[in-house]
Amino acid sequence: MNKTWLILQREYLTRVKKTSFIVMTFLGPLLMAALMIVPIVLASLEDVGKKTIAVIDETQWFTGKFESGDNMEFIHVFEDLETEKLKVLNNEYDGLLYIPLPQLNVPANAEFFSRKQASLTVRAYVRNVMKTEVENRKLMASGIDPNLIKEAKTTINIVTIKLEKDGSESKSFTEVQLGLGIFSAFLIYFFIFLFGSQVMRGVIEEKTSRIIEVIVSSVKPFQLMMGKITGIALVGLTQFLLWVVLTLGIYGAFILFFGPEVNPQQMSSMSGMLNQGTIEQPELTNQSVAQIFEVIQSIDFGVIIFSFIVYFLGGYLLYAALFAAIGSAVDNEADTQQFMLPVSLPLIFGIVIANFIVNNPDGSLAFWLSIFPLTSPVIMMVRIPFGVPYWELGLSMTLLAAGFIFTTWLAAKIYRTGILMYGKKVNYKEIWKWLSY
Amino acid sequence: MHFIEARDIVKRYSNHVALKGVSISVPKQSIFGLLGPNGAGKTSLIRIINQITAPDEGYILIDGKPLIAEHSQRIGYLPEERGLYKKMKVGEQALYLAQLKGVDKNTAQIRLKKWFEKFEIESWWNRKVEELSKGMQQKIQFIVTIIHNPEILIFDEPFSGFDPINVNIIKEEILRLRDEGATILFSTHNMASVEELCDNIALINSSEKILDGRVDEIKRQYRSHTFELKLQDLKSPARSFIPANFNLLTESTNNFGETILRIQSKEAEDANKLIQTLLPHAGIVAFSEILPTMNEIFIEKVQASQNLSAKS
Repeated sequence: MNKTWLILQREYLTRVKKTSFIVMTFLGPLLMAALMIVPIVLASLEDVGKKTIAVIDETQWFTGKFESGDNMEFIHVFEDLETEKLKVLNNEYDGLLYIPLPQLNVPANAEFFSRKQASLTVRAYVRNVMKTEVENRKLMASGIDPNLIKEAKTTINIVTIKLEKDGSESKSFTEVQLGLGIFSAFLIYFFIFLFGSQVMRGVIEEKTSRIIEVIVSSVKPFQLMMGKITGIALVGLTQFLLWVVLTLGIYGAFILFFGPEVNPQQMSSMSGMLNQGTIEQPELTNQSVAQIFEVIQSIDFGVIIFSFIVYFLGGYLLYAALFAAIGSAVDNEADTQQFMLPVSLPLIFGIVIANFIVNNPDGSLAFWLSIFPLTSPVIMMVRIPFGVPYWELGLSMTLLAAGFIFTTWLAAKIYRTGILMYGKKVNYKEIWKWLSY
Repeated sequence: MHFIEARDIVKRYSNHVALKGVSISVPKQSIFGLLGPNGAGKTSLIRIINQITAPDEGYILIDGKPLIAEHSQRIGYLPEERGLYKKMKVGEQALYLAQLKGVDKNTAQIRLKKWFEKFEIESWWNRKVEELSKGMQQKIQFIVTIIHNPEILIFDEPFSGFDPINVNIIKEEILRLRDEGATILFSTHNMASVEELCDNIALINSSEKILDGRVDEIKRQYRSHTFELKLQDLKSPARSFIPANFNLLTESTNNFGETILRIQSKEAEDANKLIQTLLPHAGIVAFSEILPTMNEIFIEKVQASQNLSAKS
């Protein structure tokens, strides 16, 4: 046990002291924080100062319809198009909206001139105003009062509420759970591969540098393998925790310094901008944001974080043992391909199928895949935000533990023979023989 | 009292049998040479004693007790395939390997310092292994093999890959370690080093032991009763006065005009008789028995056993 501890220490310390680890540790949170911060910055940068937009309205339909606001000011001008274009070039206006006389009887086209690319907000606003006006006129022509239509228009907002066994209710917002599920599933997938392949490379390194024989004359191959696997697992956990802490740190620092300028309104206008369709219903967007926050608060993050750590460790241990066995069977990394694919196939399958699982997180396919140890780390993480009964979690975790004990046992048999084989091309038949020693 | 005893060791691999009931006994505080052509099974036996692999049949006794995991701390092993972690610093690595052999960190540090001073390599402590030359790496490897003051030292082909200067250092260290009480087992192809160092040997060929014993006894056992004589003032041709039960093998003259004869006794007869016969005919400058070199015995025995297996 003492020697396994020594090995674990070495594996851990040599890796966390590496430059690549340190770079990754700081770069990761910077990227993540940037993903969170950049939209906010963009939202606050958007439409700095008022934009003056000249309107040539040959149809005369829209006089007074474009309302000037905080961000945009509309001026109706009456000179010809070419003169006004020159004025845009001379910086007199930021943009020029030209509504020509329609070919048929209804105006359906407009041209927008500006020195820079027209902002999304301006375009969306103009389109919205024109559409409403043209629709209103069409309705009036047919003898229908537009106000009648407006009153008849209804926005249906469905609040989905999940009933818990104990009688409590919680609001759910599928998109949030979907995002959370897919995100944590990807993270697990990424971590298993990243650190699993580190185990494999570590084994190959010991083999090619020939230090392996010195080590196994001091410790049992199993101790070496377990020391390496657990050491690297700790590296993975360290990296994960540092990422979480640093990301929150950077984000928190940002909010602290720029906090007053950032408010949910801006967030929602940002999300509205990104999603052009919703800009017409700013109220709904706000409502959704509020709802999202409510749902986020209702999600049991304790369970998610706990399961994430369990499934990361379980999944990692299960696959790392197999990766160690692969590493022991080959002489260099190039030879690993033929063994890597079949071993990682269940994991890849899991991530591919995850997109279907989110549509039916309680279906029987979802159930079985989240119980089967080779796919459960990914699939269960997809399902957890939607709520999974505790007995299923328990069963899945127990089978995962049994699974990794089995793969470790299997891998140890391959490993102890493989590490002492040099210069031999190994195939599946050969490995089968090692298993029966 | 034999310190290491291997009894009827059988080791099978999927495609062949590496050892077919091999037994060796290594006396305490002696140097034991394990000889044999490539693929004979030497490394298999060495790995079994090091508990890297387990025998299918037979057992090992260390100091009369069955081999157990704890014994690995009393054994120092220098494998044929040598290597260190390339990216790790020399000192850090030596400390790690010493700790794996059960030496606590402080003791290891003190001992390593002494060894680094002895080999005049203190400046390497903080360098990465990959920055060192192969010879330098091997010095480090040798130090970590003996850092835990093992009672048993096992070297697999210790001289392969070392330059002549390092070979000498290693030889001196091997002798010194034996004199300080260590029991040493090494495998080699280098027959000259066997005659120089070994007290006992075992010769393994095709997974079987074909010869073992004390080096001087083996040489005596394989003597061909051949003598070399250096004569001067020869009065008549050598052929004319050599006794009937002796064969003249070669005759030559050196730069000083002395005659060199090689004579073999047909019936293992006393050398005295030969000298008495010669005395009236020439002045004897030198007389010696030609004992076979280990190399000759090695080749003879291996070829004989190969012929045997070819016939059967």
